[in-house]
Amino acid sequence: MLTILFDGIAYGMLLFVLACGLAVTLGLMNFINLAHGAFAMAGGYVTVVLVNRLGVPFLASLPIAFLVSAGIGFIFERTLYVHVYRKSHLDQVLFTIGLVFMSVAAVDYVMGSGQVFVQVPSAWQGKFDAFGVGIGRYRLLIIVICGLLTVALQFILANTRFGSRLRAAVDDSRVARGLGINVNWIFALTFAFGSGLAGLGGALGAEILGLDPSFPLKFMIYFLIVVTVGGTSSITGPFLASLLLGIGDVVGKYYVPTLGSFVIYTIMIVVLVWRPQGLFSRATSR
Amino acid sequence: MSVVLETISLVKQFNGIIASDNVSLQIEKGARRALIGPNGAGKTTLINLLTGVSRPTSGSILLDGEDITDLSTHKRVRLGVVRTFQINQLFSDLTPLETIGLAVSERRGQGLDWWRIVGSRPDLVAEVVEILERFHLTDVIDKRAAVLPYGKQRLLEIAVAIACRPRVLLLDEPAAGVHEDERHEILAAVAALPSDVSVLLIEHDMDIVFSFADRISVLVNGALFVEGTPEEVAHDARVKAVYLGEELVDA
Amino acid sequence: MTPPPAAVRTATEWLSARARWHPLEIIFWIAAFAAIYLFPARHLILTEIAWLGLFALSLDLILGYAGIISLGHAAFFGFGAYTAALLAKHEIIEEPVLALLISGCAAMTLGFVTSFLVLRGSDLTRLMVTLGVALVLRELANRYGWLTGGADGLQGVSVKPVLGVFRFDMFGHTGYTYCLTVLFILFLVARRLVNSPFGLALLSVKSNPLRSSAIGISVDARLVAIYTVAAGYAGIAGALLAQTTAFASLEVFSFDRSADLLLVLIIGGAGYLYGGLIGAIIFKFMQDYLSALTPQYWPFWIGLALVVIVLVGRDRITSWTTPIRLMAARLNWRSLARRSAERL
Repeated sequence: MLTILFDGIAYGMLLFVLACGLAVTLGLMNFINLAHGAFAMAGGYVTVVLVNRLGVPFLASLPIAFLVSAGIGFIFERTLYVHVYRKSHLDQVLFTIGLVFMSVAAVDYVMGSGQVFVQVPSAWQGKFDAFGVGIGRYRLLIIVICGLLTVALQFILANTRFGSRLRAAVDDSRVARGLGINVNWIFALTFAFGSGLAGLGGALGAEILGLDPSFPLKFMIYFLIVVTVGGTSSITGPFLASLLLGIGDVVGKYYVPTLGSFVIYTIMIVVLVWRPQGLFSRATSR
Repeated sequence: MSVVLETISLVKQFNGIIASDNVSLQIEKGARRALIGPNGAGKTTLINLLTGVSRPTSGSILLDGEDITDLSTHKRVRLGVVRTFQINQLFSDLTPLETIGLAVSERRGQGLDWWRIVGSRPDLVAEVVEILERFHLTDVIDKRAAVLPYGKQRLLEIAVAIACRPRVLLLDEPAAGVHEDERHEILAAVAALPSDVSVLLIEHDMDIVFSFADRISVLVNGALFVEGTPEEVAHDARVKAVYLGEELVDA
Repeated sequence: MTPPPAAVRTATEWLSARARWHPLEIIFWIAAFAAIYLFPARHLILTEIAWLGLFALSLDLILGYAGIISLGHAAFFGFGAYTAALLAKHEIIEEPVLALLISGCAAMTLGFVTSFLVLRGSDLTRLMVTLGVALVLRELANRYGWLTGGADGLQGVSVKPVLGVFRFDMFGHTGYTYCLTVLFILFLVARRLVNSPFGLALLSVKSNPLRSSAIGISVDARLVAIYTVAAGYAGIAGALLAQTTAFASLEVFSFDRSADLLLVLIIGGAGYLYGGLIGAIIFKFMQDYLSALTPQYWPFWIGLALVVIVLVGRDRITSWTTPIRLMAARLNWRSLARRSAERL
């Protein structure tokens, strides 16, 4: 039982790293980016190529996956996304769905449609026993890395000038602009960073979540759940929501395997109807 | 004088800010009441509470003695509580003809009609045209609201409210932003309102307030500060102090 | 003071101008029905265009007229499809038209029940809730494979002749006439609906819900009504698919189907009823052409089309239809304007 809880926590933290970029994008520019999963997929495939084909050590490939995804995110943001910010939500939805379809088909073409696996070094494979609980080494690694990232994110947001500018811009971008904060630049950087995190999450998660070209579509709903249930006004909201979702999904699939994701979807609908602003967000002026 | 609309200790709180502070207001039938106060005093908040756009934190609202505090906006409109908006809220792609037509058909209970073509009831159309003529909108009768000049939009805003045949009409700064030359049309429309309709007017322009109102309520920091006839309010030292001796001194 | 009757007459004409049949519309439908006789070799693809057009029409009702962005409209489509397929397979209702009506009612019920979920919340919440409903249905259909045939789909469905007389054939002759007739009838009803006071109220709700409620319109009631009707239309479209192909599979609930549908409607333009039909024609022929070239990577072109359409601007894309519409409108307005000038 505790092992399952542990697995759920690992899954939840992974989801958080994957989805927090989306939360910030949504909170910052009110932009619905359904293509967020595509950046995660990019990171995953970069790691696969680096580790499996080029023999790069696994831990070293993680920062590279981050940088590549961040780079792609930055380029896409400056060239494509920037034209769509002012458009309606419908346009944003159509646009990002279009990007997802293109990326899914492109990756299918280049990498093939089968699921790919990362050759995780044997040091991280297997389990060990701690206090009578079976702890997967790889999942422990995920928890550690994601935990560190979360702490770092919270630190950046709370204690740096960039962080306070970002928080101001999320709260009220018009006022922030009026204060001289370069919101466009903040957004470009944040988008790139969020995409990078997604890529890192994809690289870490390839082994547990299963990586194939349809990854962005399969996990789109999970990212959206994290963001809408957790709200976009803080980091803790999506964090808690990710944990809940991760634990809930793992526990659900273990104890009630026949119902599959049905439970998650139903709970999501119930939560959204009951509290449309999310479970954990404070009421904002918007 | 029977009281038509009444609030009892109405309070509205947003995250620690008290927008409406224990407001108890009575409006009689046929009243010409003006609601004035400095910016941010909570006048529009009060209108939002009266019309159901916001729900009060505590307190109640009575229409003819019936508690309407929990009724939704559209139900209150059916009962005769109608407002205009300070910032024009119109249907940008609908023409004045269609907009007024919609209000009239809703009022007549024909709004759920899904089979008849719009415009197939001549008596309804006649009423719509008559309202449009009254508000001097016939020259723009078939133009989309978005392309109308601001003054016409403002007139349409009031015309739509009148088309709902209100018993209580809440006008939120009807002349706001309207050019000097076009103001008289708005003022004439307001002056021509039927005498059995109770009107609550929010305005900043003191000339309009004093020519229109038989009674004035002053709202400061969400609370009813002073209430009385125009002469009483004009000479009240506290009111002058609140306005820092600006317009009222001239009145 | 009653206004002069001439003014009332002119106003009536203006109000009902939206509803007047335009010559282009008449040509469109004559061409559609003529295709029964003129293009028998293409009846299969025309059948698909017919039910896809109906499906897109149903999305137009909620998206173009009520402003509800749905990523899960396939939920009703699939529900109708499975209902019709199951009715036929288990020989509960053998006559297709009757089964069609029942499937439509089933989908309408589902629409009514789920309509309350889309009343509150932002665009994003609605998107997710509609997506969630479609996903839940898909999971349920997968779970209850003994009923639905699971991932393999519902096998062994045989559909009896329409009205007992018109047998379905391999070439889609009956299929096309059947689907086109259903489409036409439902289109007429929808056309009546959007040009009625109800339809005008819907437009007002889409444009400014705050103002709508301020003139006494119950926004929720209108949305529930149109969502229910649209669900029924989508369900009938799904039933047509099931009946003309004698098959139903999980894929009817898929996200791809909902996403493709958005593209179909956007190509033609939302908000004037013909967008879905025109979009269906273009989409199907494009799909036919492109899947012959690259069968596996067809989603890439859909994605590209969506991206390009958004970047160029949806209004600019559909502007190729507006010159025609504007020209026609100007012909109408000019004659009306002349008459009103005479009145004044």
